[in-house]
Amino acid sequence: MAEGVGAVSGVGRRSALVGYLRVVGAIVSKDIAAELRSRELLGSMLIFSLLVILIFNFALELDLRTRQTVTAGVLWVTFAFAGTLGLNRSMAIEKDRGCLDGLLLAPVDRSALYFGKVFSNLLFMLIVEAIILPLYSLLYNVNLLHPGLIGVVLLGSIGYVVIGTLLSAMAIQARTRDILLPILLFPVVLPVLVAAVKATTGILEGLPFEEYQAWLSLLIAYDGIFLGVAIVLFDYVVEE
Amino acid sequence: MEPVPRNLKILTGITIVLFLTALYMVFIYAPREAIMGDVQRVFYFHVAAGWVGALAFLVTAIAGGVYLAKREPKWDRLAESSVEIGVVFTIINISSGSIWARPIWNTWWTWDPRLVTATIMLLLYFAYLMLRQGIEDPDRRARFGSVYGIAAFISVPITFLSIRVFRTIHPVVIGSSDPAAEGAFDMTARMVQALMFSVLTFTFVYATLLRYRIRLGRGTEEVEKRKMELISL
Amino acid sequence: MIEVRNLVKAFGVMPVLRGLNFRVAEGEFVAVVGPNGAGKTTLLRILASLTRPTMGEVTLAGYRLPAQAEAARKIVGVVSHQPMLYGDLTADQNLRFFGRIYGVVDLGDRIAEVLSIVGLRARRNDLVRKYSRGMQQRLAIGRGILHRPELLLFDEPHTGLDPDAADMLDNLLEKVTREGRTVVMTSHDLTRTAKLASRVDILSGGKIARSLKRGELKPGELSKLYYEVTRG
Repeated sequence: MAEGVGAVSGVGRRSALVGYLRVVGAIVSKDIAAELRSRELLGSMLIFSLLVILIFNFALELDLRTRQTVTAGVLWVTFAFAGTLGLNRSMAIEKDRGCLDGLLLAPVDRSALYFGKVFSNLLFMLIVEAIILPLYSLLYNVNLLHPGLIGVVLLGSIGYVVIGTLLSAMAIQARTRDILLPILLFPVVLPVLVAAVKATTGILEGLPFEEYQAWLSLLIAYDGIFLGVAIVLFDYVVEE
Repeated sequence: MEPVPRNLKILTGITIVLFLTALYMVFIYAPREAIMGDVQRVFYFHVAAGWVGALAFLVTAIAGGVYLAKREPKWDRLAESSVEIGVVFTIINISSGSIWARPIWNTWWTWDPRLVTATIMLLLYFAYLMLRQGIEDPDRRARFGSVYGIAAFISVPITFLSIRVFRTIHPVVIGSSDPAAEGAFDMTARMVQALMFSVLTFTFVYATLLRYRIRLGRGTEEVEKRKMELISL
Repeated sequence: MIEVRNLVKAFGVMPVLRGLNFRVAEGEFVAVVGPNGAGKTTLLRILASLTRPTMGEVTLAGYRLPAQAEAARKIVGVVSHQPMLYGDLTADQNLRFFGRIYGVVDLGDRIAEVLSIVGLRARRNDLVRKYSRGMQQRLAIGRGILHRPELLLFDEPHTGLDPDAADMLDNLLEKVTREGRTVVMTSHDLTRTAKLASRVDILSGGKIARSLKRGELKPGELSKLYYEVTRG
């Protein structure tokens, strides 16, 4: 008897997992399909990133010497600014025409909705970075396509998106939705950005691994902490 | 609004007595620091205010967690009240540090990591207050406040972590002192006593203010409720 | 099918529902009418597990809300004030997305079927952004019935529909009740409501003020009663 029940719930659990992953996948492929059509999100993120880099170029007079010391900072500021555009837009799509309610009606645990949005936000962020990094290398003649650096960019982006998705879901539901996200996000995500900048600088300056290892550990730790917190708290942000 | 309850009156009395004693201990009981002189006395308030700021934000995070679990408005009132007081004390902490830094570091402000992170902590809770202001529905405001109060507090530890990881000129008075820090000093027994006492006093000031602020919040809600009743009549 | 006891919902200090009791048997078609701001939408959102009750018990098909909401959502189809559709996707893509969310097995066939029910077959590959309000409402209805829900929660579904589409919706509602499905619909159209529903509940003062079975009413009598209850 007990065995039979166990078997049934085992099957139930497996089908629940399949359903969960199906919802995550559906959200990601929906976001990709919508973006392929409108190109609003990636387009605005990319143009904005280029503008930020150009403004930095004039503001900091990026000559060869300064470039080496500020490149990490310029890159992460660019990603962080462009990131808020993407996060805001990605959540606005859900809020328009009441789509968020449509998602909340899905017969799955609500963390599936969170993961769906995290994966598509991360994908868009990585696409922008994959274009900006080689472009920056080309424009300023610095080689940024170092495997360690790509790893840091990935870790930093994960931390940023993981907490950014949670906060953008809140910002979009406030009266002041357009201005709120950067104000909410930047001070919270700062540990991730600081660690990412320091690790990036370490790699660009060719320091030995031990020199920036602490920053990498901090980055990984904050990725994990923010992910855990966001999974627990997301439910409270979307329900009424 | 009901009259001030007895235990709050007693708490207020104790706090006033403690505060006067703390003033005595800081300005008369504690000896004059040999090198820095009287400006060092700012330090007792500086540390105590910093402590209350951190305590207040911890209370907010915990109250937020309890609110999300129980959905009782009183926990959200506690969280919000604590943030407002925490912000005031963090401002006291930063500005008293600045007053001390002027003669000791020869500048009002320096981009020391610890100063920067304390300021970021302040910005976090300004953001918290802005978030609340942008939401009309009281339930949603309470939920979002709780969520942000928890998320914000998680990035506070880097304030304390930063002093170890970054190179800093900020003195570490408690625990091991870095000889490179400018303005570090060895505390005499009386200094330690004065510091402990002002930390205790500020904690009482915090508790008292918190009680009054919560009472005010309850009163405001009562007014809202009466207004609703009048409208629906 | 639906069992609601002593339901209270307050937004902050403002109570909207004040101890509401509401029962719907399987296969019933209940229309909820009431003045603006009476709490019709709030009631429907609570039944759809989109809003938490402040107090009281809500059970859908044996599932208690909000604890067992996940299971309950499987059998619920919702049409709300907002279409819940993505403007940058086509009608077809929208239905495909929501079909995957619900795990509809024969999705391709079902989408074709639903699109012809709501009369959008010819425009299935157009972006929803380019749809008129009425067409969006048609598609929203299609999205609501896509996963063959046992319980339909329709919030003023006739809004924005042209007379043809309104007839389509009436036929659809009749058909699903014949199939034994349960419908709860809010409306302002008393004549249409009296014709369609097997029961009409008047929501006023945060409670069901009157509940009228079909056949208890002569034509025209419902509106008289409605004004009596809501103005009195």
